[in-house]
Amino acid sequence: MDELVIDVTGLNKHFGDKHVVRDLGLQVRKGEIYGFLGPNGSGKTTSIRMLCGLLTPDSGSGTCLGLDVLKDSAAIKRQVGYMTQKFSLWDDLSIVENLDFVARMFGMPDRREAVDRAIDELGLGGRRKQLAGTLSGGWKQRLALASCLLHRPRLLLLDEPTAGVDPKARRDFWEEIHRLSAAGITILVSTHYMDEAERCHRLAYIAYGNLLASGTADEVVANCRLNTWEIAGDGIHGLAERLRQLPGVDLVASFGTALHVSGTDAARLAASLEAMQKETGLAVTPVAPSLEDAFIHLMQHTADPLGS
Amino acid sequence: MARFSFSRWLGILIKEFIQLRRDRLTFGMIVGIPIIQLMLFGFAINSDPKHLPTAVVMADPGPFSRAWVAAMRNSDYFTIVGSVDERQATALLDRSEVQFVVTFPPGFNRDLVRGKPPTLLVEADATDPMATGGAISVLNKLGAEVFAADLPGLQPPASQLVDLRIHRRYNPEGVTAYNIVPGLMGVILTMTMVLMTGLAMTRERERGTFENLLATPATPLEVMTGKIVPYILIGLIQVTLILLAARWIFDVPMHGNLLLLYGVVLVFICANLTLGITFSSIARNQLQAMQMTFFFFLPSMLLSGFMFPFRGMPEWAQTIGNVLPLTHFLILVRGILLKGNDMNMLWTQIWPILAFMAGILTIGLKTFRRTLD
Repeated sequence: MDELVIDVTGLNKHFGDKHVVRDLGLQVRKGEIYGFLGPNGSGKTTSIRMLCGLLTPDSGSGTCLGLDVLKDSAAIKRQVGYMTQKFSLWDDLSIVENLDFVARMFGMPDRREAVDRAIDELGLGGRRKQLAGTLSGGWKQRLALASCLLHRPRLLLLDEPTAGVDPKARRDFWEEIHRLSAAGITILVSTHYMDEAERCHRLAYIAYGNLLASGTADEVVANCRLNTWEIAGDGIHGLAERLRQLPGVDLVASFGTALHVSGTDAARLAASLEAMQKETGLAVTPVAPSLEDAFIHLMQHTADPLGS
Repeated sequence: MARFSFSRWLGILIKEFIQLRRDRLTFGMIVGIPIIQLMLFGFAINSDPKHLPTAVVMADPGPFSRAWVAAMRNSDYFTIVGSVDERQATALLDRSEVQFVVTFPPGFNRDLVRGKPPTLLVEADATDPMATGGAISVLNKLGAEVFAADLPGLQPPASQLVDLRIHRRYNPEGVTAYNIVPGLMGVILTMTMVLMTGLAMTRERERGTFENLLATPATPLEVMTGKIVPYILIGLIQVTLILLAARWIFDVPMHGNLLLLYGVVLVFICANLTLGITFSSIARNQLQAMQMTFFFFLPSMLLSGFMFPFRGMPEWAQTIGNVLPLTHFLILVRGILLKGNDMNMLWTQIWPILAFMAGILTIGLKTFRRTLD
């Protein structure tokens, strides 16, 4: 019933003998904010580049905005706004020159008005002649977003858009993303931040080229079948290492004054923790696993094929 | 002021060596360039060229004229390419196919025997004064050698037996600037055109802006040509400046058609831009593009006939030189400005430039990265 904006299956990409993306399947519905998560080097950027026609997949099939990802990359580019991970506008062009250039590249008929409107919306009217290279990180990010919205794309692909941006700017950015989503624009955004992941309608987790989990945040957590306990108290310092050795413990994560201990085998985990509680007298309470617990669990259960 | 720490200093040293080794191209250039240049230039460059192609206009075949020609050949400075008539001889000089034309007048042998010094006309292509100097000084001494054996006991000294007239064509006063200034036009164009385009593309890639460009609907043809045209204009401005300076400061004669010159310049600029674009699609960063440019620029300077006489180089070096567009461009520019060459005479030098361009373009299109793959 929902229109799929991205619908691809079996996408593969190799760089030399490295298999960077392995059989990626992705379904993104119209108007949703789709979070794309995974450790560094997991193939997120490569996947996004394949979706917007910057890279040709070695194999696979599917559509993006109803267009074939293998054959229609030129047509896809016209309707997609792609924000690169690294600021990739021209440092030695001014704000208005950058926007004007991008508008020309997309052959916009009402170029001047579009550029003026974008500058007004950015609130950069007074600094339109400032060189882009002299802007702060937050402003660069806003300018980059404005430039990829200029041609009114139906799909936005954002590759770690908030890396290196302060919390206030990040919050504003996400408000903007939600406004765009409400206006019917579909957004695929890759991120490392858990709070950002929780702001997405649906998520996909990819590691070392494999798609490991997808769905809403709750679904992703539930599918991990994790049981999580919280240990709090004064004696938790230095306890993590011991906990990791216990049977049934898959994961120990420190959260300031508390430890989250998780495992998939509920009975063995409970037995181990009960013994631990008797010995140390610390408070042990069952809690709902967080998205972060789920992701760290997923990450631990996929060995890095390039590492050790 | 902190104490100089030897171990810190060593750390920096080691890091620098590791990075140097990682950049394969730079490392290759550091080792390769001196070796290649030593071999190339050490053996190739010769400022006293020999075996210069010489045409003979023989109006009076006879024992003495034959002996004279034989002596020229034996001197090693001249290679006799054949006997021609006067008209052909002029054309050969104009097209830079011979360096000298020697004309034996009618009655040469008879006059010689009668003790009446015959006129021997030697026309030299003096566009490059350095190329002819050695050969001309040998000519002056030739008379004594030729006739000492055949005509012993001569009354006038042997050196006065023949009235040797040397015409330095195209540059009678042997002004070096006539040769260097038009040549510099080619050198400057080679340098700026190859380097500027080489950097223009790698700069986009290095800064990451190339990705943004590729994400727009712009096609490779639009990107390539759009980036090239500004440099064509820059090249034409440079040529105009050099021509103005040549005319008003160096008094270089301009015998040929300037429009034709601009046409030739355009072909040459395009060849260099093609090379620059190809370098930029092979190089991974601006430094590598710069190194490739210098790797190309040095032989262009030294093997093209700009700094040293082309005909002084051994054959293998001339073969390399003939591949370089600058070699042909130098002949073209000197031909148009100093000799007043017209289109018909230039074709033999234009097609090698076009061939070079086609070859480089083929490599360039194969290596041009349309996507980020």
